[in-house]
Amino acid sequence: MPLVKSGTIIADPFTAVADDAPLPDGPTIVSAARLLANKEALFARNVALGVAWPNNRDVAELEPLLPRLALVALAFPKFRDGRAFSQARLLRERYGFTGELRATGNVLRDQLLMMARAGFDAFELEKAADAGTVHRALTSYSIFYQPTGDGRRTAAETRRAAKGRLA
Amino acid sequence: MTSPLQRKLKIAGPTAITANRLADGVVVWLTAGGGWSLSIGEATVATTAEEVQRLLAIAQSDENTAVGAYAARVALTPEGHAIPVNLRERIRVGGPTITPAASPARAA
Amino acid sequence: MYVHDAFDRTFLQERVAEFRDQVARRLSGALTEEEFKPLRLMNGVYLQLHAYMLRVCIPYGTLNSTQLKALARVARRYDRGYGHFTTRQNIQFNWIKLAELPDAMAELAEVGIHGIQTSGNCIRNTTTDAFAGAARDEIEDPRLYAEVIRQWSTLHPEFTYLPRKFKIAITAAKHDRAATRVHDVGLRLRQRDGHTGFEVMVGGGLGRTPFIGQTIRDFLPKEDLLSYLEAILRTYNLGGRRDNIYKARVKIQVHEMGPEAFAEKVEAEWQAIRDGALRLDETAISAIADRFVNPDLPPLADHPPELTAALAEPAFARWHANSVAPHKAAGHAIVTLSLKPVGGPPGDCTADQMDAIADLADRYAYGEIRVAHEQNLVFPHVRQKDLPALWKALDAIGVATPNVGLVTDIISCPGLDYCSLANTRSIPIAQKLTERFADDARIADIGRLHVNISGCINACGHHHIGHIGILGVEKKDEEFFQITLGGKGNSKARLGELIGPAIPESEIVDAVERLVETYLELRTSPQETFIAAVERLGIEPFKERAYAPR
Repeated sequence: MPLVKSGTIIADPFTAVADDAPLPDGPTIVSAARLLANKEALFARNVALGVAWPNNRDVAELEPLLPRLALVALAFPKFRDGRAFSQARLLRERYGFTGELRATGNVLRDQLLMMARAGFDAFELEKAADAGTVHRALTSYSIFYQPTGDGRRTAAETRRAAKGRLA
Repeated sequence: MTSPLQRKLKIAGPTAITANRLADGVVVWLTAGGGWSLSIGEATVATTAEEVQRLLAIAQSDENTAVGAYAARVALTPEGHAIPVNLRERIRVGGPTITPAASPARAA
Repeated sequence: MYVHDAFDRTFLQERVAEFRDQVARRLSGALTEEEFKPLRLMNGVYLQLHAYMLRVCIPYGTLNSTQLKALARVARRYDRGYGHFTTRQNIQFNWIKLAELPDAMAELAEVGIHGIQTSGNCIRNTTTDAFAGAARDEIEDPRLYAEVIRQWSTLHPEFTYLPRKFKIAITAAKHDRAATRVHDVGLRLRQRDGHTGFEVMVGGGLGRTPFIGQTIRDFLPKEDLLSYLEAILRTYNLGGRRDNIYKARVKIQVHEMGPEAFAEKVEAEWQAIRDGALRLDETAISAIADRFVNPDLPPLADHPPELTAALAEPAFARWHANSVAPHKAAGHAIVTLSLKPVGGPPGDCTADQMDAIADLADRYAYGEIRVAHEQNLVFPHVRQKDLPALWKALDAIGVATPNVGLVTDIISCPGLDYCSLANTRSIPIAQKLTERFADDARIADIGRLHVNISGCINACGHHHIGHIGILGVEKKDEEFFQITLGGKGNSKARLGELIGPAIPESEIVDAVERLVETYLELRTSPQETFIAAVERLGIEPFKERAYAPR
């Protein structure tokens, strides 16, 4: 399961822990339940903390904790289950999360661009073979019709800018 | 009253395994050798659930050749060759029951 | 119509390149069928009984003659020389090979058409009134907003893996010709105090659990169209059921939550985004409006002498009575081309017919063609004085059957002759009905009557909203058909009522004929339509007769 962040394969600095497992020393990813039950103790540890947030739980609950979270991992139990696309946009665009937004689960190259457009910047790829194709997947389109918070210019904005230049 | 693709496996009588060829969608039948034939007459026929399950597993492991494999009830000729038993398989084997092209012009 | 620019063309080329790569990976085994299936579906590619089927999107049902000729070319080169127009204003090719699909798509992309989002659990082609921009009873051309929605919904990164498919229809006319009440979202354009907006209906749909859409907002200002749709889709994407494919449509979510609670959730979401990037200001709307090129219709007078003279001919007069609709511009008319010839599969059109229709569109209809929800084609702008010559030309290619809106103008799904989900055939029933009711004078006397046929509970033939609905069911390998009566797809949409047990295939045509005869006997006058008589009398008198002589 290679991890790709900002376009390159990296070693994962985070360790995901089960709810009953002891906490490791370094950056840690805990479950939503563990985070909500022990948040003060977890934040007091002063190591980077991430949460694995399930796709059937409202991300609004996370809002007050976001400034202290280094990472939110959102799940695609099946690539066809697209709830995390909405969660990602809400975290980025409504709640202003600026940390790492990681896609986990059944993460395949054919969905990467949409994930990136929704705000994901890290991908835990299910297939090792997909790791070398991330750049290609993320640049397979140059035209985007709808605004999301990813900063890519929409076709309408580009059209308008082009018109401005001509005028 | 659901399509065989959605139905639970229940074996009553001779059964063959059929699918569509990946590259062009053409109807194919699993043969005794584990390959695929365009002719239902060359299909291998099973009569027990265990045997059908075994053939289905073979078929489904070959989804780069044929996709959507399922068990289809068939009838047997006196020589033991499979022939379609229901309308769905008759149409899959013989094509649409209608003449596709639109009708010729009407007289005004 | 909307004219594609370099951006739209580049986008389509990128899409074809992506699909070509995906097909290559599937053929090499790098992609499993499970991984590939949603990808091909979102390009309109199904695997049916005999072959792959390509569903090509015709955005809001509008085509130009060049595009129709490209469809004809694809039909010839990659298929078997014909195509099938659908109730959602698309066209299907039934015999395409997967390995050749990328080439077929590249050819279509050259003229700006594609199969994007004609299937899959995403936002589908937004459909509208086939008479849009020409109808006398419309407030404004709804295609502008259909195009706004098309751009917003195309490869929407958040809404491409929804619980289930999502269909939007929009109408701007008094008479709803887009079946908006049976769509996931129906939009009815309205004006209030000089401002344009929409009534928003949600949760309609047919299939195994039919519902009529509920209005969740009386008036949505046009500026808010996309933000409100985004709020609906987000509510659905996050909250729609994913545990059971048969309960995954938004209609189930709306039904289980109740329309009020659903509306509240949408409203709350909308408040958070309505002033954001999706707000449609005048610049954004006019940028899209500017890309629509509408024909310059010359000032003409109604009832030119050529037309008056031709109306003396009974055959022309009969065709004119049901195939020609009033146009908003004087001296013009809207012409429906019947794809329901006697004995023919409803909605089918040969490549030769497509070419001929494209030529006739260039000659008589400003090069514009529409696809109607009823599986017919439409020339939206025709000069009245050209009607007699056009009629002769249409008749010569078999698309002037004078049955538009009548009992033989049957909506039918492809059924078991093609479809892998079907339980029974439906096209042969339609063919036999058109043969039984082949007499033009008789069907004109019967008057307006919609017969809709589906070969399974998925209801692609819209049987629930047929005045007479026919649903195929299979019992012990035999085809049977249930009959519903009194369904309607218009603004007063209603689901038909089942009249009783299913009827064997060999008796269905007789049963329908008896229903029609019952109507003819019981109607108060020829002005009382079939549906009006069913509404007045209820289904009982019809039911008795349908089953009478067994």
